[in-house]
Amino acid sequence: MGLFTGLKNSISRVTDRLFADEEQKRIGIYGPPNAGKTTLANRIARDWTGDAVGPESHVPHETRRARRKENVEIERDGNSVTIDIVDTPGVTTKVDYEEFLDYDMEEDDAVRRSREATEGVAEAMHWLREDVDGVIYVLDSTEDPFTQVNTMLVGIIESQDLPVLIFANKIDLEEANVKRIADAFPQHETVELSALEGDNMDEVYDKIAEYFG
Amino acid sequence: MAETKEHPDGVRIDMLSGERMQGLTSMEKIREILDGVRDGNIVILEEGLSPDEESKLIEVTMTEISPDEFNGIEIETYPRAQTNDASFLDRLMGKEDTAKLTVIGPANQIETLHKDETLISALVSRK
Repeated sequence: MGLFTGLKNSISRVTDRLFADEEQKRIGIYGPPNAGKTTLANRIARDWTGDAVGPESHVPHETRRARRKENVEIERDGNSVTIDIVDTPGVTTKVDYEEFLDYDMEEDDAVRRSREATEGVAEAMHWLREDVDGVIYVLDSTEDPFTQVNTMLVGIIESQDLPVLIFANKIDLEEANVKRIADAFPQHETVELSALEGDNMDEVYDKIAEYFG
Repeated sequence: MAETKEHPDGVRIDMLSGERMQGLTSMEKIREILDGVRDGNIVILEEGLSPDEESKLIEVTMTEISPDEFNGIEIETYPRAQTNDASFLDRLMGKEDTAKLTVIGPANQIETLHKDETLISALVSRK
């Protein structure tokens, strides 16, 4: 390869990467345990890539490692937006292995799960400080949103000036209360959805394209 | 933290003034808090932590959780008043509005009964 061609190729690689980084954002899916983050990540990934991101479960802390799904291309109104979605472990300030014993788990498995869960939360916090460009904050609409973890996490996201969308999930459940979530975070846009049932996904994708495109 | 003395019949509460915390680095603040909480104390901060320090507090707490020994922390502050949010410039200059009373205790000893913008009500039990 000639010097000129080699130089041209490496310049081209650098500019490609620069533009790719500029255009393709890593969007972290955050929230407390059991809000439906992985169900949402799987819904988005299946709708636009055909693959899933990870296993879903009603047992808290099923996701204990951050998982990234790259190149999710979302088409809206003739345009397309490409993002990486990062499904993160649910954030909490406490993990008690005895909580898992209620789910018919052996003590050894519960202890292992709690250890992995704590590592997962630390990993999620690290991603939030270093490696995401925007955040989808997922909340269970049937739960009280005024918790300290939610207050702290939204404060942390705001302090980093990251664009954030609040997703009020599980609206298919009778006790869902979207207004309570919208009232808790009036400074941010709240979008209601059921990731499990696929309710209101058109608006979800419109907002993702608008905020993170 | 000042001298540690076991008090089997009660719960110790340490109230840390803003002045005491001001001269400390982020990790020193987190150590001060977690050392107290791991001894079973309730720690009250006059001026709270910055969002970045809160993020590190969660991370360090997670690394210290150990089955049957330490389950983590319960932490409560008044919800931030939306109208009083720091401006972008203030945050850029490091002038974050963190002056909010914060209560931190061992997760297995403190339970929040009620919280709103003007009141935090918590039940504290012995180990």
